Parts: sequence; structure tokens; C-alpha cells
Amino acid sequence: MIYLRLFWEFFKTGLFAIGGGMATLPFLHDMGEATGWFTQTQLMNMLAVSESTPGPIGINMATYVGFTIAGVPGAVIATLGEVTPSIIVILIIAALLRNFRENRYVDRAFYGLRPASTGLIGAACVSVVFEVLTNIVVTSPETGLFNQFQLGDGGLAGLISWPGLILAAVLLALTNWVKPTKNLHPIVFIAASAVVGVVFRFAGV
Amino acid sequence: MKELWTLFWTFAKMGVMTFGGGMAMLPILQREVVENKHWATEEELTDYYAIGQCTPGIIAVNTATFIGQKYKGIAGGIVATLGVVFPSLVIISILAGLINNFADLAWVQNAFAGIQVCVCVLIFNATVKLLKKSVVDKPTAAIFLAVLVGSTVMDVSPVWFILVAAVLGILLKNWEVKGA
Repeated sequence: MIYLRLFWEFFKTGLFAIGGGMATLPFLHDMGEATGWFTQTQLMNMLAVSESTPGPIGINMATYVGFTIAGVPGAVIATLGEVTPSIIVILIIAALLRNFRENRYVDRAFYGLRPASTGLIGAACVSVVFEVLTNIVVTSPETGLFNQFQLGDGGLAGLISWPGLILAAVLLALTNWVKPTKNLHPIVFIAASAVVGVVFRFAGV
Repeated sequence: MKELWTLFWTFAKMGVMTFGGGMAMLPILQREVVENKHWATEEELTDYYAIGQCTPGIIAVNTATFIGQKYKGIAGGIVATLGVVFPSLVIISILAGLINNFADLAWVQNAFAGIQVCVCVLIFNATVKLLKKSVVDKPTAAIFLAVLVGSTVMDVSPVWFILVAAVLGILLKNWEVKGA
């Protein structure tokens, strides 16, 4: 029963992803690997579309992943699965814990939760960078990260996707250090990258 | 019933206007919920928003549930949440259908290959931004590094890291309080 499984997977994501939409990424990453429902490349594309459309990113991603797996019903069930823990937790807090924020144990738990959530997103970032900016073939999680190198014609330099790396460096500068562009909405950079990708044939087709 | 409809449509409208995640939602919430509809005061909204950030799930959804609950009880909480996710469901389903149809075209593949590079940078930026807020001392830096490395090299569900980190946070703070 794919719908039940879908609901359960997204319920877990909604329950354990702490700190907003981007925090769901490591869980989706893990979901793709564990279930084979979608590839990491598909997930990246879904993230890009989710950032470029109206609505909270986390919800957009849940909808998109659900749609990819099981069409419109999948989109609805994945989204409902993801928001159900929120609804339950918030209703409980609203009913019972008037001073939730001042609660000692909540405060202490979040002292550990915040860096852990950041670490998970960081790890997702590392694996995404490997996937997109290098030509290193990662076979499977069981056989280890660097298990299989495939040295192409370019030798060691061939392991790196140079056009991608150059674009990444430019984007990094534009989003962090260049004053006129650094506060622009991400959609601007996503659109520009799409154009660069088409002009320079990033997919090689 | 009429109030629930109003709740649904107001939050659906805010869902459309939230471009780029929960953080972008706050000014819109202030205008709609506090100034126009008077469903919550400025202080309550700030509280809900803060709690929304430190409870599981999507911040926008958590805040919506809170406001809806305050206005119309449990049904209100559920309806506000459904309102906030409704536009995403419609827009993404249509877009996803379109994109899946054109996924085989060469220029679409090239465009997405470019976009993927951008997504790398956006995730990196998000990590750095969160890093500044979450890593405040040596123990939190150690937790961050341990999870970063652990999750990269081990094939373990992120759920376990979250559970262990919560317990660790409580233990570390307890120990700090007792030690002082």
C-alpha cells in the first residue's frame, strides 16, 4: 500500500525535521536512498522548483516528491503526512504548555537539536556537491562513499566538473559578497543558472 | 462555518504570497492576522512564530496551526494549515506534471544541470546561515561536526541523530548547570 507508506515516510519527516523547510532535505535525501522512489538528481530539481514557486519550501518539496511517486493523490498524501505532526504538536502545546518557550527541558533539548539539524543539512550539502560538481561515481551507501573511482580521460582533473565549479564560485560570490546582488531572491540565481546551463550545455546533450 | 472559510482563504492567500519559505511569511502575517483580521496581537504572533521555529515541521505550518487554533479551536488549527498548503498542492502538481512531460528535451536537461549547481550554492548558504545561529560554543560545534561527519560516512537515518542530539542537549545543559 504505497499511500500508507508515503504518509508514514512524510509523517516522520514532519516530526523530526527541526527548523523549517530546508531541514526536511536530509530526510528526503535519506528517503530517496532507502526507498528508491526518486534519485538525488531528481530531488535537486524538485528543490529548485520548490524554491522558485509560491508557498513554503518544505510544503512545496513534500508535494513535489509525493507527486513524483504517486501523482496527485501522492502529492496530497505526502503533504498531509508532513503537516500532521505539526498540527498534533502545536495543538498539544497550545492546550497544555502555555509557557512552552520558557520550559527548561525544551530549551535544553534545542541546544542540542539546532546544531544537529544544521549538521544534517551540511551533510546533505556535501553529498549534493559531490553529486553535481564531481564526476566521482558513488556506487551505493553500503559500499562506502569513495569506493569506486572512475578515472576518465582527464585523469585527476577529470574528476571535477569544471564548468559547474566555475558557475558555483561565481554564484557563491554573487550571493554572499557582491553588494548589489546578494539580497536578491534565489529565483533570480536559479533562472540565471538555467540560462547558463542551456547556453553551455551543462548536461552534455 | 463562515469563519472557517475565512480562515482557510486567508491562509491560502498567505500561502501564495509566501515566496521562499516561512521566514518570508512574517511581514504578511503581521498585516493580515494582526492588523486586518485581529486574530492575534503582535506579541502573540511573535510568540507563535518563535515556537513555530523550535517545534518539529515547517515554520509556516506551525504558525498557521497556532493562529487558527487560537481563533477557532482545533478545527481552526486544521483549517488554517490546510489553507496554507492548498496553493502549493495546486501549483506544484500542475508544474510537476508539465516538467515531467518535458524532462526528456535537451534544453530542459541542460537548464536543470545548471540549476543543480545553483541549488548546491543555495544549500551551502543555508547551512552557513544556520551555522551562525546554532553553533554558539564548543559543545554545539562538536555536535555539528559529529553529525556532519557521521551522517556523511554512515548509512543511518537522520532520525537517530535528532533523537540523540535532543538527549545530549539536555544532558550537557544539566551538567553545565550543576557544574557551575
